[in-house]
Formats: sequence, structure tokens, C-alpha cells
Amino acid sequence: MADAAIMPRPAPDYNEAVVRKFVIATVFWAVVAFLVGVWLATELAWPQANLGLSFINFGRLRPVHTSAAIFAFGGSALFATSFYVVQRTCRARLFGGEALADFVFWGYQFFILMAALSYVMGFSQSQEYAEPQWHLDLWLTVVWVAYAVIFIGTLMKREEPHIYVANWFYLAFILTIAVLHIGNNLALPISMFSAQAYQVTSGVQNAMIQWWYGHNAVGFFLTAGFLGMMYYFIPKAANRPVYSYRLSVVHFWSLIFMYIWAGPHHLHWTALPDWTQTLGMAFSVMLWMPSWGGMINGLMTLSGAWDKLRTDPSLRFSVTAVGFYGMSTFEGPVMSVRDVNALSHYTDWTIGHVHSGALGWVAFISFGAVYYLVPVLWKRPGLYSMRLVSWHYWIATLGIVFYITSMWVAGIMQGLMWRAYDQFGFLQYSFAESVIALHPYYVIRMFGGLLFLIGALLMVYNLIQTVRGKTSTSEQTIVMPAAVAVAGE
Amino acid sequence: MFRQEFIERNAFLLLVLTLVTIAIGGIIEVVPLFTIETTVEHVKGIRPYTPLEQRGRDIYVREGCYVCHSQQVRALRDEVERYGHFSLAAESMYDHPFQWGSKRIGPDLARVGGKYSSDWHYAHLINPQSVVPESLMPAYAFLAETPLASDDIVARLRTLRAVGVPYTDAEIGSAAADLATQANPNADNADLLKRYPKAVTVPGNGRVVTEMDALVAYLQVLGTMVNFADPANERLQQ
Repeated sequence: MADAAIMPRPAPDYNEAVVRKFVIATVFWAVVAFLVGVWLATELAWPQANLGLSFINFGRLRPVHTSAAIFAFGGSALFATSFYVVQRTCRARLFGGEALADFVFWGYQFFILMAALSYVMGFSQSQEYAEPQWHLDLWLTVVWVAYAVIFIGTLMKREEPHIYVANWFYLAFILTIAVLHIGNNLALPISMFSAQAYQVTSGVQNAMIQWWYGHNAVGFFLTAGFLGMMYYFIPKAANRPVYSYRLSVVHFWSLIFMYIWAGPHHLHWTALPDWTQTLGMAFSVMLWMPSWGGMINGLMTLSGAWDKLRTDPSLRFSVTAVGFYGMSTFEGPVMSVRDVNALSHYTDWTIGHVHSGALGWVAFISFGAVYYLVPVLWKRPGLYSMRLVSWHYWIATLGIVFYITSMWVAGIMQGLMWRAYDQFGFLQYSFAESVIALHPYYVIRMFGGLLFLIGALLMVYNLIQTVRGKTSTSEQTIVMPAAVAVAGE
Repeated sequence: MFRQEFIERNAFLLLVLTLVTIAIGGIIEVVPLFTIETTVEHVKGIRPYTPLEQRGRDIYVREGCYVCHSQQVRALRDEVERYGHFSLAAESMYDHPFQWGSKRIGPDLARVGGKYSSDWHYAHLINPQSVVPESLMPAYAFLAETPLASDDIVARLRTLRAVGVPYTDAEIGSAAADLATQANPNADNADLLKRYPKAVTVPGNGRVVTEMDALVAYLQVLGTMVNFADPANERLQQ
């Protein structure tokens, strides 16, 4: 900061075109992911909603939802922000020129579209969160390598002496996802022209590799990458430096070291050997510490700027996201304990846990970043309407509350019903009885998801108006306090 | 060299150290599963899937059945009482990929083989609510109308052999015949049963082998290969 004041250098000509494209993709895929999610929730509440059509059967549509949420919405948000952040913090234009960046954009969108189409048409390798079949896996590898080249190339040609902390996390995300993607998708096709391939490993080894992949898709795609977002956009929006440099160093190295071990907690009490389960559990519990270290670092960055939460609803998204991050990274270690897992596994508790992370953390931190980025990228004085951001915030938060509380109740009830014994020592409930008991909670969950979708649609409207250069006339006064607060510092 | 002020000035060093850091846990948890012999028990009865069962498995994988059905009975009292003996690693040793699943919107299927008649499975797959009114399962009637593509069955078994399923030359050679036999109740299935004990012949529609025939054949063998009453298998008790 001080250096910049002494000798102001002209900013390089950043490649913002590709960032704009990825921001549009982020918002588009967010709506798709939420819409499909609401539809799936409807199918579970009322199975007639499957409509007897093979291509929207729950089994085929569910990967469309997870892929759209994680890889299309989350992925586009990560591409957009990482390209934005790496240029700004390195004071360097993206390495590889516009063509390579555009290749990454269109190549990735093509991958997403083909993956979604392939699931509904009946091509899936049914490895959770790695459903695309082998042609698409190879294509994604090519795109990902190009992404890594751009990102690392930009780091290499940076003009700042230090690599900023957000970029450590983005780098770890890019590298680890490459390793996981290749490791988990090793498969032998039956012919070059057939979509059918068989995984190289089988059974228990395949299970371990899948959850090494699966849990670290959470750890690196949905956590490390988004922590990069946290480390840039929260300090920016709050106009404060990161709370503790030392904490971010400890946070980074301990998080990436420990996450990798946590996979076996998805396989408690199964045929996976006990030693592996125990290692997975131990590291999952330890992971609580670096996770909360990161949360504290994010929240404490607001020291002295907490008042901005009142005036800047997009910062409110980012900070609430960190709160949800803290909550789900506490819940996760609890659920990874073997005896808790005996109850929670296979139930909707897991679904609730995943969504407190996906909706509360991943989506909220992305919304915060998108609300920050759109006026900057389209060179507008501000968002169309802060009041709409506020509405989005409260509707979405309410949606999350409906979603996760209904799934907690449903999951714990389900787990207890499965293990309940009657007075004669027989299992008390048939499986079907546990299914009917869930119906009201599935309806509440669908309603929560619907609220979240409505919030996102408000965001779409707000952003379109912003890009069109509109300002909501009724809101001049609301923006004022924030401007005054910034000016006073 | 290991001071952060130094590492964060050197992109290449940061890259290498990150890779090393993330490699350790994965290597320690994954590699021993291939080298420690007790990871997969030696148990009698486990055999590769018949061509029809394997095709049914391909359909199970294609339709994403695993998003609602697990195939893994955990070593917990209520699960063992509800579903049967807890699952052994050996029981999925020929599963490429494994389908243990992570969610039970419907019940576990690891031991569903033989629990219901094949006719029940047809009725259930065509219209699940007709036999289980509470069910949330979508209808799979289209499987009964889709002829099973089986011209690439040899390529499929060969590929599976290449990744470790011990199909013999004879089994691969008779794959097409075995597939047809298992879907035809009037055919002589003595050879089929010699190659693949406990293979269940499905009723079929008498005209063409459908995807549903294959899926039912697969469901009917799940969890039935190991005879847990056999004293030789008692050592399995953990």
C-alpha cells in the first residue's frame, strides 16, 4: 500500500474479457444448478414428477445437478475470480494471450454441456462427482492443463515480488484437482468409439480412490479455491488487510496437508480396512483446526470494519459465507467420527451437511464476489440496487435455513428409525416406513431450495440492470453511508 | 528454503512443495490397499459376472442407481439384521467400478439377490408403486422395451479381463451364447451354471433380450455368491 502511494505505476492491460465471460457463465449455471436441484427435490417429494421419462429420472438428473452446482457454477466462479485475482495481485496480464484464455473458457463450457447431455442420455460411469465418461475426461484434462499453464505462467511473469496468499490457494486447487481427476478416472475403454470404459481398479481399492477424489473435490475444488476468493474479496470489500499473515501460512499448509487424508470417512464400517478408516477419521477431526484457522482469519479481517455489514449487503454475503464455512467444517469432523457416522451415513443428514457448505459457503462467497466484480468489470459506478442484494441475501438465507434444518431432522430420524428395535427385539420399522416418514421434510426442503432459486433470480435481474447502466432511483440514500464510511478512512 | 517468505517469492518452489504436501496422505492410504494381502479376503464362491449380469451391471451404472441405492451392508447390528451378512471386500472385487453408493433413498441392494422373484423385479421396475406404494422410485418401464445391445459383449469381457477380471478364453468365446441362454428359460443352462454357478435365468419376453432382463439377472445375483453357512467361511468373522 505504502509503495503504491510513493511510486504509482500504470496498471497493465489486464485481460478482463475472459473474466467477464466466466462471470456470465457463473450466474447462468447458478440458475441451472438451482433449478435442477428444485426439480430433483420435487421428484423426491412427489415421485410422479419423474414423469416416466428416462432422461429426467432421478438417477440421470442428479449428476446434472451436482455437476452444474460444483463444476459449472462453482468452477466458472473459480475461473473468473482466479483469472481476475492473479492478474491484479501479480500486476501482470494473463500468460498465454487471449486465445488460450478463450480456449479455456469455451473448452470448459463445452465440457460442462456435454457432461450434462451425456448424463440425461444415459452415459455415466457412476463414480460420484466424476460421472463423465472417458472421452470427456480426456477433454477436461486438456482444458485443465491449459488453465494451469495460464495461471502458473502468470505467476512466473509477475511484477510483484511476493505471490499473494489467494494465489497459493488457487494454485493448490489447480494442481490437486489435476492429480485427483487423472487418478480417479483411469479407465480402459472397450473401443475407441465406445463411451463404455471399465475402471482400472475395482472394489475396495476403487472405493478408496473414489473417495480420495470425492472428498478432495470438496477439499480443493469447493474449499481451497473458494478460500482464494475469501482471501482477496473480503479484504478488498472491507478495505482492510488480511487479519494475520502468519495464520494464513499455517492455514494454507496444514489445510492442504490434512485434507488429502480425509477420504475414508466416507467408507466407515464398510469393507475398507479399519486402519484406513481410522486414519481418515483422525485426519478429518484434526482438519477442524486449520478450517477454523481460516475462518478466523477471514472474519477477523473485518476488525474495525464490521459496520460495513450494515451498509454493504454484498460483503454480508461473503462474511456469512465464512460463517457457514465454519459451521460445516465443524459439522464435518463430527460426522467423520465413526460412531456418529454409523447414524448419519446413507441418510439425509449428509445431504444437509453438503448443502450448508454448498449453499452457505460456496454459493454465498461466489455471490459476494460476483456482486463485487460486475460493477468493476463493466465499469459501472455501482450495482443497480443494493436493496435487491439485501432481498437476495435474506431470501437465500431463509432458504438455507429451511433446507438444512429439514435435512437434519429427516436424516437423524431416518438413522434412528433404521436402528430402532421394538420390545420383542425385532427391527421396529420397515424401510418403506422410513420413506413415508420423510415426506414432509422433503417438501420443506424443496421449498427451501425454491427460495434459494428465487434469490438467485433477483440477482440475475439486478446484474442485468447493472450492466445496462441503470441505477434504481429510489436508492440513492442507501448507498450514502457506505461512501461516507470509506471516505472517512 | 522452507521459510514462507522465500517460498512465496518462487512460483516453482511453491508448486513443487504443494505437490509434495498433497501427495503424502493419498499415497499412504491408497498404496497399501494394493500390497497388503488381507485387504481382500480369500473366500469361496466369488466369480466374475455372467455376460448377461455384466450387461445388467452396465445398465445399473448407466442409470445412476447408486445415487439412491447403496451396495454395502455395514458391520452394524441393525444392518446385518435388515439386509444380511455385512459386505466383504471380496464381494466387489470384480466390480469395475464399485457401486457401494453413499445414500439410501431406497434400501441397500448388496444382498437383494434371491429376496424377490424375478417376476416381482419386472413388475417393480416397470411401476415401482404397483408393488411398493410408498416408493419414491421412478419407473424404468423403458428398459423392458429396449433391446439389449450385445454385439460388443466380447469386447466388454476382454476389457474387463485386461483390468483384472479372470475371464477364461472359453468364457469369452461362449459369451454371446451364455447371454442368450440366461435370458431364455427353455434353454439348457447346464453349461452356463458350470461356468457361472448360481446364475439366475430370467423369464424374458420370449422374443428379444431386453435391458430389463439383463438388469434383473444382475440384481438376482447380488450378494448370493458367498455361502455364509459354509464352515470354511467362518474365519471371515472379524
